[in-house]
Amino acid sequence: MGASFKETKLPADAPRSQKALAWVDDRFPLSKLWNDQWGKYYAPKNFNIWYLFGSLAMLVLVLQIVTGIFLTMYYKPDANLAFYSVETNIMRDVHWGWLVRYLHSTGASAFFIVVYLHMTRGLLYGSYRKPRELIWLFGFAIFLCLMAEAFFGYLLPWGQMSYWGAQVIVNLFSAIPVIGPDLSLWIRGDYVVSDATLNRFFAFHVIAIPLVLLGLVAAHLIALHEVGSSNPDGIEVKENLGPDGHGVDAIPSHPYYTTKDLFGVSCFLLIFSAVVFFAPEMGGFFLEHNNFLPADSMKTPGEIAPTWYFTPFYSVLRATTSDFIWVVMAGIAAYVIFIWLRSRLSYKAKIGATVIGIIVEIGMLTLEAKVWGVVLFGSSVVILALLPWLDKSPVKSIRYRPSWHKYVYVVFFLAFLTLGYLGTNPPTPTSTLIAQLCTLLYFSFFLLMPWWSTMGRFKAVPNRLTFTPH
Amino acid sequence: MIFAKKMLAVLALLPGFVFAGEEGFPLDRAPERTDISSLQNGAKLFVNYCLNCHSASAMRYNRLQDLGLSEDQIKNNLLFSGEKVGDLMTVAMRPADAKVWFGTVPPDLSVIARARASGAGSGADYLYTYLRSFYKDDTRPTGWNNMVVPNVAMPNPLWQLQGIRTARMVEEENPHEPGKKAHRFGGFDPVTKGSVTQQEFDTQVADLVAYMDWMSEPARETRKRLGAVVLIFLTMFAFLAWRLNESYWKDVK
Repeated sequence: MGASFKETKLPADAPRSQKALAWVDDRFPLSKLWNDQWGKYYAPKNFNIWYLFGSLAMLVLVLQIVTGIFLTMYYKPDANLAFYSVETNIMRDVHWGWLVRYLHSTGASAFFIVVYLHMTRGLLYGSYRKPRELIWLFGFAIFLCLMAEAFFGYLLPWGQMSYWGAQVIVNLFSAIPVIGPDLSLWIRGDYVVSDATLNRFFAFHVIAIPLVLLGLVAAHLIALHEVGSSNPDGIEVKENLGPDGHGVDAIPSHPYYTTKDLFGVSCFLLIFSAVVFFAPEMGGFFLEHNNFLPADSMKTPGEIAPTWYFTPFYSVLRATTSDFIWVVMAGIAAYVIFIWLRSRLSYKAKIGATVIGIIVEIGMLTLEAKVWGVVLFGSSVVILALLPWLDKSPVKSIRYRPSWHKYVYVVFFLAFLTLGYLGTNPPTPTSTLIAQLCTLLYFSFFLLMPWWSTMGRFKAVPNRLTFTPH
Repeated sequence: MIFAKKMLAVLALLPGFVFAGEEGFPLDRAPERTDISSLQNGAKLFVNYCLNCHSASAMRYNRLQDLGLSEDQIKNNLLFSGEKVGDLMTVAMRPADAKVWFGTVPPDLSVIARARASGAGSGADYLYTYLRSFYKDDTRPTGWNNMVVPNVAMPNPLWQLQGIRTARMVEEENPHEPGKKAHRFGGFDPVTKGSVTQQEFDTQVADLVAYMDWMSEPARETRKRLGAVVLIFLTMFAFLAWRLNESYWKDVK
C-alpha cells in the first residue's frame, strides 16, 4: 500500500469543474497522464511534415475501429450470406452504409500509405537508433499485425479476389517442409478456403488482432515517451537543458503540436475525403474490380494478385525462380567471405555465420525454389526489424551523412516502388528479371549497410537544432 | 489431402472463359446517359429482357423510386410474377436447372457493371459492346455467339430488336507467324431486320447499360454531391487550422 490518501482541498468558491477534476485526480492520475503523455510532453521544435504520420496512423486506426464496429452490425460472416450482406444490406439498405463501407475500404489503403511514410521517416532520420531500438521493434510488430489484419479482412467481402487471394497465400504455408500441408489445413480449418476459414478470419480481424494492435500501439508510445522523441537533425535535445529543466530546443506538445497536428489532420482528411467521395475504387487498386463477383470455387480468375500494399513483398516471392536461386547462393557465399575479410565481428560470430551460410547453401540445393521464395518473402519483411543493428553510421540523420548516401536511399526506394509496381501485373520474362535485380538491390541495401553506412565524409553535427521560425 | 490436391489441379485447368484475354475485342464507349427518362427506360428493358434468367439480388424493386417512378408505377408495370414491391429482384430459375439448360448459371447482375471494368474500358463500355456483339452461329447450342465473350452460353436477349446477323471472318496472313493464316473479324452481315433501326437499337442498349451502371451503385450521385460539400467544408477548415497554427508558432523562436 502506498502513502495514506491525501485529499486536495480547494477553496469553497472554486468552480465545480475544478473540484470535479481534483476529485478524479485524487483517485486516478488523469492530469498526470495528460501532462506526461501530451500536455507537457516536451518535443523537439523542428518537426517537419515527416513527423505527422505517427498521429495520422493513430487517427486512421480509430477510424477503422469505429467504421468496423458499424460494419460488424450488418455484415454476416457466412459463405452464403457474406457477399450480399455487403452489397444489399450495407451498400443499399442501411442508411449511410455505403459511406461507412467506403471509409473502411479507403481507410485500409490509407493506413498502409501512412505507415509506409512513417517508416520512411524512421529511415531518413535514424529514428530507430539507440536508445530508440525498442520503439522500432514495437513498430515492426505493429506492421506485421497490420498486414495480418488486412489479409484477414480482405477475405470478408467474399468476392472472387478475396477467395482466391486467400487460397494462394494460405497455400504458401504448405511450401514449408514437413509441417507445411498440416499447417495450411490448420489455418484454413478445411482443405480449401471455405466457410470455416471465413468465420475464423472474421474473429481474427474483428477482435484478436485489433486487441493486439491496441496493446502494441500503447507499448510503442510508452517506449517513445520514455526516451523522448528524436528529430530531423538526429541530435538529442535532452542533452542541452534550459533553466526550466526541459531541453532548450524543446517545446510542449500542447498547444504547439496540437495545432500543428490539427492542421496536418485537416489536410489528410481533405485528400482522404476526395478519394472516399470521388474515387473509392481508385481504378481497381483500393476496391478491385474482380471482387464485385461473388466467390466461386469453380472459377479461377485469370490473374490473382494481392492488394497493392503487399505487392513489393509478393514481387520478391515471384522473383525467386530456380534460376535465381543460383544467384542467391552466389550472393550468400560472397557475403560470408566478405564477413571474414571485412567485418569486426568476433571469431565465434564469424564461425556462426559460416555455419549458417553452409546450411542455407545445402538447403538451396536440396529444397525446391518455392520454399526459398517463401523464405525470401518473409525475410524481405523481417529484415526491417534489424535496422538498428545494421546501421553503423556515426550520425543519425541523413542531413549530416555524405551526400552520396542520399543516392543509396533513392536507389533503395526506387527498387521498393518498382517491386511494388511489378507485383500488380502478371509476370513476364522481362519483368521477372527486373524484379530479381530489384530484390538484390533491396537486400543489399540492408545486408551491406554495416559497411556503406560508415563510408564517406560525414558533415559536422550541430549542437543546437536547425530551426526556421514561422 | 490427395483428393484436395487433385481437385485443385483440376480447378487450375478450368479455362477462365468468363475473362476475355488481354487481346480482347476492342470495346466501344458506352454513351453518357444521366437523364431520368433514359434510366427509367433502362429499368423497363432490364425487367423485361434480363430478369427472366438473371437475378439482381442486391436490388429491391422499390429502390426504383430513386429513378422517379412511383410505387404504383412499379407495381403496375414492373412486377410480373407475384413479387411485392419491397422484394429483391430474384429469379425463379434454379441453379441446377440453369446448369442443365445453359451449361452454367447466369451470373447475378446487381454489380456486374463494377465487376466488368478493366484497363480496356469501364464496366458500362464492356456491357454496351457485349450486348451489341451477338451474331448467329449454328455451331453453338443456343445458335448464338458473341465477339466479346467467345463461345458464351447466353443467347441474344435483344435479337428481336436488333435483328439477326452473322459475323464475317476474313482470312489473312498471320502477323505473328509468317506463312500461317489468321482469322480476323471483318464486320457483321445482316440476315433479318430488327423491329428498330440500328441507331434506335444502340440508344436502347445505351439506356439499358446506363440503368445497370446506376443499379451497381445507386448511391453514386448522393456520394458525389455530399463529397463536394465535404471538400468545401474541409478546405475552409484546413485554412482556419493553418492560420491557428501559425498564430501559435510565431512565439517559437
